[in-house]
Parts: sequence; structure tokens; C-alpha cells
Amino acid sequence: MTMKPNTFRAGPDERGHFGIFGGRYVAETLMPLILDLEQAYKDAKADPAYQAEIDDLNAHYTGRPSPLYFAERLTAELGGAKIYFKRDELNHTGSHKINNCLGQILLAKRMGKTRIIAETGAGQHGVATATVCARFGLPCVVYMGKTDVERQKPNVFRMKLLGAEIVPVTAGAGTLKDAMNEALRDWVTNVDSTYYLIGTAAGPHPYPEMVRDFQAVIGKEVKEQMLAAEGRLPDALVAAVGGGSNAIGLFHPFLDDPSVRIYGVEAGGRGLEGNEHCASLNAGKPGVLHGNRTYLLQDDDGQILEGHSISAGLDYPGIGPEHSWLKETGRVDYVPATDDEALAAFQLLTKVEGIIPALEPAHALAHVIKLAPTMDKDQIIVMNLCGRGDKDVFTVGKMLGFDL
Amino acid sequence: MPDSRIDRRFAAVKAAGRPALVTFITAGDPDLETSQAILDALPGAGADVIEIGMPFSDPMAEGVPIQLATQRALKGGQTMAKTLSMVRRFRERDADTPIVLMGYYNPIYVRDPKAFVKEAKDAGVDGLIVVDIPPEADDELCIPALEGGLNFIRLATPTTDDKRLPAVLANTSGFVYYVSITGITGSASPDAGKVSAAVSRIKRHTDLPVAVGFGVKTGDQAAEIGRSADGVVVGSVLVEAIRASLDAHGRATGGTVGAVTDLVREIASGVARAKRG
Repeated sequence: MTMKPNTFRAGPDERGHFGIFGGRYVAETLMPLILDLEQAYKDAKADPAYQAEIDDLNAHYTGRPSPLYFAERLTAELGGAKIYFKRDELNHTGSHKINNCLGQILLAKRMGKTRIIAETGAGQHGVATATVCARFGLPCVVYMGKTDVERQKPNVFRMKLLGAEIVPVTAGAGTLKDAMNEALRDWVTNVDSTYYLIGTAAGPHPYPEMVRDFQAVIGKEVKEQMLAAEGRLPDALVAAVGGGSNAIGLFHPFLDDPSVRIYGVEAGGRGLEGNEHCASLNAGKPGVLHGNRTYLLQDDDGQILEGHSISAGLDYPGIGPEHSWLKETGRVDYVPATDDEALAAFQLLTKVEGIIPALEPAHALAHVIKLAPTMDKDQIIVMNLCGRGDKDVFTVGKMLGFDL
Repeated sequence: MPDSRIDRRFAAVKAAGRPALVTFITAGDPDLETSQAILDALPGAGADVIEIGMPFSDPMAEGVPIQLATQRALKGGQTMAKTLSMVRRFRERDADTPIVLMGYYNPIYVRDPKAFVKEAKDAGVDGLIVVDIPPEADDELCIPALEGGLNFIRLATPTTDDKRLPAVLANTSGFVYYVSITGITGSASPDAGKVSAAVSRIKRHTDLPVAVGFGVKTGDQAAEIGRSADGVVVGSVLVEAIRASLDAHGRATGGTVGAVTDLVREIASGVARAKRG
């Protein structure tokens, strides 16, 4: 049994560990670079000019702070706790991904890197990366699984418009995990010139910490906005977890507030009984992949399994290492939501609030639908509405038998 | 650590005045029986040290040839237990040729590193190369391996500068594997001049033999690299020879084993030409 820590906000340690999770499991060619990156990030954090530049871009380029919205009709519909949405889907580029990309591209520039690479699943991170590369005039190569290139065509076109080169990856099942392998191969080949802009709070240290710090703007704003709106902290936080960057961004500022219950919602796919899901925390076990130790979907021989989710953005067999630690310490509850539940939530939100969510936060909403009616009417839930659904209308149309 | 099979083999080859030929194949490629036959035939074809790849679903440091070899092996049902059984069978007929298992950490981690070290040692394995576990994590696998009587061979790369080399070499034993390019296996060809300078640099920090790999494809290249290195590693070109020998359904043919051994013979003759004065 893991000891209860005095604070949940102190990690990672110097070697990048959250408990046993995290770390730096990369090939030697990349180690010197990872150590340089860690130092560069430390230096940047200590430089007020760096944070000021991020704040300025957040305000005027992304449009932060994003609103905290009281969903009155949904609250009435579910008949329980008051439901608030953190509207990160209103950000420039349509999701929370831009928060991280701005922080990292400023770091890449400080390090004198001249070329940016990224992996993407649904294409939201790819679009956000291509966007900041256009904004700062750096060439951008995005690795994307071939399967995802086919099911996320609108985002592929957006990235091309923004000037990025898209490399379809055919290895494996052609999804996010394979794209990440290929991005690592590129990085190891082009270490001198290239900055790898990882899209989620996973990978070798310092990425999980760094991405979390950039996304924590979400939770910090929620805290202030909630105090202004209700004069108190929320009773529950809910966010979808794929790699887990939007979730850790919302959760982190609240981890040491014991009155706040926290839920991370994994992609339950077609159910946890078989292998057609991406619920690494609920159905996986600890292992080492893509530079960190974390919960992974894998077989008994340590081979990584391909997950399944209706949402390309959650279709990854791992999870950020800090989430693995928050699960083991019991601070955060990780629960699954199936494809069908997410699809129902997607439709409900559209009809009741006039907001078309992305399929990723639709998973979080599926849990809100279960949770809210069990809570008192004077209690408060905040859900991270981390992306908008424009990219998903084709997928959903197909699922609902609608000919687009 | 007392003399290991790897130490003895490098010493013997050095006494013969030539570099060692280190050959890599992926266990279970294209199927268990053929892979065993290739393994058993390697010493006769001129392999001094054998690296056996432990297939992993996500081989992040490999180029296309070894990625495909890995996929063939996994599709054929290769497991860690079968890989260790191949070594056990090999040891029944060869007591001297060192065997190094090479791969990624996760399949070892899920078996428990200490238990794996014991299983590997019992099967007749001499050393480990694990790509994604840097010296910063030596306590996890490297130290248990050394305590369990296995050599732990570390990769040094063009990005491993003089400041970092001592950390990389600290717990390395058997030999040092110098990765001749910044990149993945089987891609660009190394520049012999740069390799020679790098080998000299590493030798200023260690008395261990230095073997050079990544991108060596022909006997002539092996001869050139072998003038400065204590060993030359070939892998991608061998698994490509396996691939080229397969039938339209990806199955082994009567020519599969010979395709590998012929190539090993050619490269071995290159290594022999690197004989020092």
C-alpha cells in the first residue's frame, strides 16, 4: 500500500518520478537532449519574461481565460448537483492543446531549435502544433497513424493549410502509439536541430511535468472563477483522460483540497471485458513505454496492446505517469465511459445546451450524467469541456446512420 | 566480475589480430524453427558474438528492417519463454559463443528484472543490451544483471559527450556498443573516419572492447570499421536477407538459412581483412 503523501502537488522528484511512475526510459542518443531540455525548462521557469510571454499569448492569441459556464438546463435535466463547464473548447484551435503548444514552442525557440516535430491522434494536438509553428515561423512535421489520417480528414487538411508536413504512419495499427514511435525515431535521427513537441502529459521527464504546468492554467482559472461565482470550491471535478493533459491541468491546482472529489474518465470503448477499450488505469498494469513507467494495456508477455475508442484522441494504450500515481494513492477516482455512453452524452449536450462537444469531453460528460443525480442540489461539479465537436461530426454522423 | 564468455571471446579474437564479428537476429523471425536453425548456424559462418533480439511491439530505436523482423516474429507467436528456450537449445551444442539478448525494457519489467536475470543466466545467456534503460536507472536492471552474473552492455552514441561517458561506462561490462550514427538501426551508413575518432575517444575512458554498429551493411564496410573497432555489429542487413528469402506468404523457404549464413561469411571475410599488422 502506498503511503499517503503530505501533499499531492510536490512531484515529480529529481529523476522525474511520481512514486514509482514516470522517469526517463529513453535511448542513450536522446538522454543528453532530455537533460538539456530539463535544464532549459528550469531556466525558463525562473525567467519572468518567459512566463510574461506565455501570459500575453494566452490572453491575446488563445483567448484566455476561457469562461466558466453554469449549464442551467443540463443541471435541471439531471436534477442534482449544479454543473459548470470550463469552456476550453472556445480556445483558438478548438481545444486545450494550444495551452501546451505555446509554452513548448517558446521553450524550443529559447533552445535555438529550428524544426518542430509532433505526434497526433485525433489531430487536435497536430493542429495546435501546426498553428504555433505558423505563428513563430518554424517548419513542422506531424506524425499521424494512417488509420487516424483517414478518420480525421478535416484536421489533416487544416494542418496542411497551416503549412505542416503530415507523415502517415503505417506501422502497427496506424494509431497514436505508432505515431509516437515514429516521432521518436525522427527525433533520434535529428537531435541537433529538432524539438519534439509532445502533446500530452506523458513521455520521458520533464515532459509530464512541463505539459502539466502549461495546462494547469485551466485549474488555476477555475479556482478563481468558482470563488467569484459561488464563493467556494467545487465538490467534484470531472475530466476525460487519454494521455491525460486536460485532466491533470484541471486537477493539479485542486489536489490538496480534500473536499474536492476528483474523477478521471477513461475510454471504455465497447466495454472493459475484452480488449476493445483504452482504459489503461482500470484494465492495464504498470509497464514502461515511450519514456515513462505508467499503466499500460499489455499482454502477459509485456507486448503493448492496441486499444479501441470511438474517440481518436483517447485511443492510446498508456496514460500520463502522474495519473498512475494519483490512482495508486487514491486521490483521484478513474472510471470508464463506453463509446455508447459518450455518444449519448454528445447528443444530450448538443440538444440541451447548444454546445457540440468533442468526443473526448463527451466521455467526461457521460460520467457527469451518472454523478450529478446522486449529489445534492447545492453541490457543484466542474467538468472540463476541453474540445469542440466540429472534428467529430462525420464520425458521429456515421454512428447515427446519417449520410453526410 | 570474473572472466565471462564475452571477455574470453574478445580476448581470443584480439589475440588472432582481428576484430570480432557480432551478428544480430530477431528471435522467432520468421518462425521459431527457422530462427533456431539460423542461430545454430551462425558460429560456423563466422559469428564471434551473437545478439538475439527480444521482440517488442514498439521498437522505438529500430529502422524498418528490424521493425518488420519484429512483426514477423510476434505474428509467428514468439514469446520471451520461446526466446530463452532458443538459447537453451543453442547451448546444448555450443559452449563458447557468447549470446547477448537485446531489446526493450517492458517485456523484462513485467517478468520482474531479478527473475528474468536468473532465467536468462540459467538458459545460457551472457549479456544484456536494453535500449531504453539509461545509466540513470542502473538500479533497476543493470545492477541486478551484474549481480546475477550477466554482462550489461551499454550503448554509447555520438551525443554521449566526454562529460557523460564516465556515467555511461560506469557499470558497463563485456564490451561497449558504439552507435555509429545519430539515428535508428539500419539507416544511414557510418563515416569510418568519424567512427575511428569516436572509438579512440571511448578508449581513453575504458579498457573494454568497443564494438561498432548501426548501418554496417557489407564486408567492405566491416573491414573499414574493423580497422579501428574491436568488433563490428551487423543486424538490419541480416534480417533483410531473411525477408528477401521468404515466399509470397511470408514463410521461410529452403533458402532462408543459407541467405543469412552466406552473408555472414562475406562479412566475416571483410572482418578478417581488417587484420592488424
